Amino acid sequence: MESTIHATQAIVSLDVPLQGIIWGWMITLNMWAKSIGTGVVLIGAFLLYRHKKDEMPNLRWIMPLISFIALNVFLLFTLVDLHQPYRMINIFLHPNWTSAITVGAWMASLFTGLITVMMAIGLADAFPEFRKHCGVAKKVRAKSELYEKLFPFVVFLAIPVTLYTAIIMAESSARELWQAPTEVMQMMWAAFMAGSSALIFVSGSWTKEARRDLALVLAISVFFSFMMYMGEYFFSFKSSEAEATLAFVHSGGEYNVEFWFAMMLGFIIPFFIAMSSIKSENKTLLRFAAILSLVGLYMAKDVWLKIPQLLPLS
Amino acid sequence: MKLGFLVDLNLCMGCKGCEIACKVENEVPLSTWRLRVKYIDIGTFPNTSRSFTPLRCNHCESAPCERICPVSALHYLENGIVNVDSSRCIGCAGCMMACPYGAIYMDPETNTADKCTYCAHRVESGMMPACVVACPVEANIFGDIEDDNSHISKYIMEHQGAVQVRKPEKHTSPKHFYVGGGNQTLNPLAHKRIEGYGLFNNITHLEHVGDPHHGVVDRFLAPFTSHEEPDNKSFMDFESSKSDSSHTQEGGH
Repeated sequence: MESTIHATQAIVSLDVPLQGIIWGWMITLNMWAKSIGTGVVLIGAFLLYRHKKDEMPNLRWIMPLISFIALNVFLLFTLVDLHQPYRMINIFLHPNWTSAITVGAWMASLFTGLITVMMAIGLADAFPEFRKHCGVAKKVRAKSELYEKLFPFVVFLAIPVTLYTAIIMAESSARELWQAPTEVMQMMWAAFMAGSSALIFVSGSWTKEARRDLALVLAISVFFSFMMYMGEYFFSFKSSEAEATLAFVHSGGEYNVEFWFAMMLGFIIPFFIAMSSIKSENKTLLRFAAILSLVGLYMAKDVWLKIPQLLPLS
Repeated sequence: MKLGFLVDLNLCMGCKGCEIACKVENEVPLSTWRLRVKYIDIGTFPNTSRSFTPLRCNHCESAPCERICPVSALHYLENGIVNVDSSRCIGCAGCMMACPYGAIYMDPETNTADKCTYCAHRVESGMMPACVVACPVEANIFGDIEDDNSHISKYIMEHQGAVQVRKPEKHTSPKHFYVGGGNQTLNPLAHKRIEGYGLFNNITHLEHVGDPHHGVVDRFLAPFTSHEEPDNKSFMDFESSKSDSSHTQEGGH
């Protein structure tokens, strides 16, 4: 023992076990789904700004539909991850407004409500046959102009709903790696990645120009997100805690494999495919890039969520 | 009034009396701790020393756990204690992510967050915290740090320059002080957890957080089913426990 342990080194000889990973895959899924839910709205707004509605005939109903599904996955796993799920109501009955969890829950609930209204109007407008047989659809159709009135507000709200998770991370002051200001931009890039990827799947009937814009957004977002991850990975001169956290990735093992798989699948490969799609379009390849991007994003978020939790805090 | 704690590590002999007293007083379930005494060995044989560091909630003046708690289950008492209302806690574990001292745990019996409250119930009735009473060498000193005549205030003044807090860089203003500590005892990154060098092995990480017998579905069904509440006895069921599959691979320190 004396030959292997340096004289100045201290060793824990009796202590309790560490808590391990507390926020696990459900929180990863939660963040990932929220990126899709807000991302499709942000990218949808960008496309509507750049192109005529006729060029993307199904966007009006499919954008809120994708967002609705993703947001419900996000809300479901937020609830399921709680140790006392029925007490979720306390966030609304006894809110603590200094908590980003509270502010986020309120904003996300409002956002989901508005998206639900937009989805109902969009579907009622898009499927007139259904309207004939359903009284509710008729009433919704009568409020069709509400969609256009709500949309700017929903786009505006999508930004804080995307970003509040970064504020939760910032409030998690025990996890130094999450304290970086870059987390805010990472959340934004993740939403752009997820939003463009999700819309690529439903853009089959759109014009080439609209799909080219989606490929461009995907390429830009994966590029900048990748660069930020690399910056964190190689130039982490922030604190000894952040350095020690990144050591779980630097030193090999399962998190190293997951991280580099994420970078390769979710960022590097989709970047080149998206860039090539801008020049010469290939729908199938672009969809493949979108799948890879979504898978890689999940893996990258998973690593970044879990590794700071492996550090001993006391 | 601002209650604070001071531990003189020069006096502490690692008897763990405070740890046991805390467990008994607060009925802290097995696999969880409000207060623990950590042993750290320093040096190379035969020039070695062992230090003992009691670790508990720091009752920070700017508590990150209080800030992140979405339902104010963690809240300040007038005397500065950061208290927990477990009947309000939703079990989001945000506080566990926020506490830089790892002082909060998920109670496996109630599935809510819990931690040291400086024995607020005892303090309210004029008694000292259980750990203070149990300490045979009076290494635990508790009192009002705003009162210049209190024992703790005098102790701090007598040891000017030697009083430390854990992780001051976090700007949490802890109300838990140490005398006789050093980087190797107070900084968790300054000492390593190496398998084979501890008094007990294969205890790197807990297998679970919260009630090990409650899966995700059980959390929803709990109010409607007659699921047997786990208690300390259920944790003594070593036959069914998977003690050989601890997460040692996730360690490293």
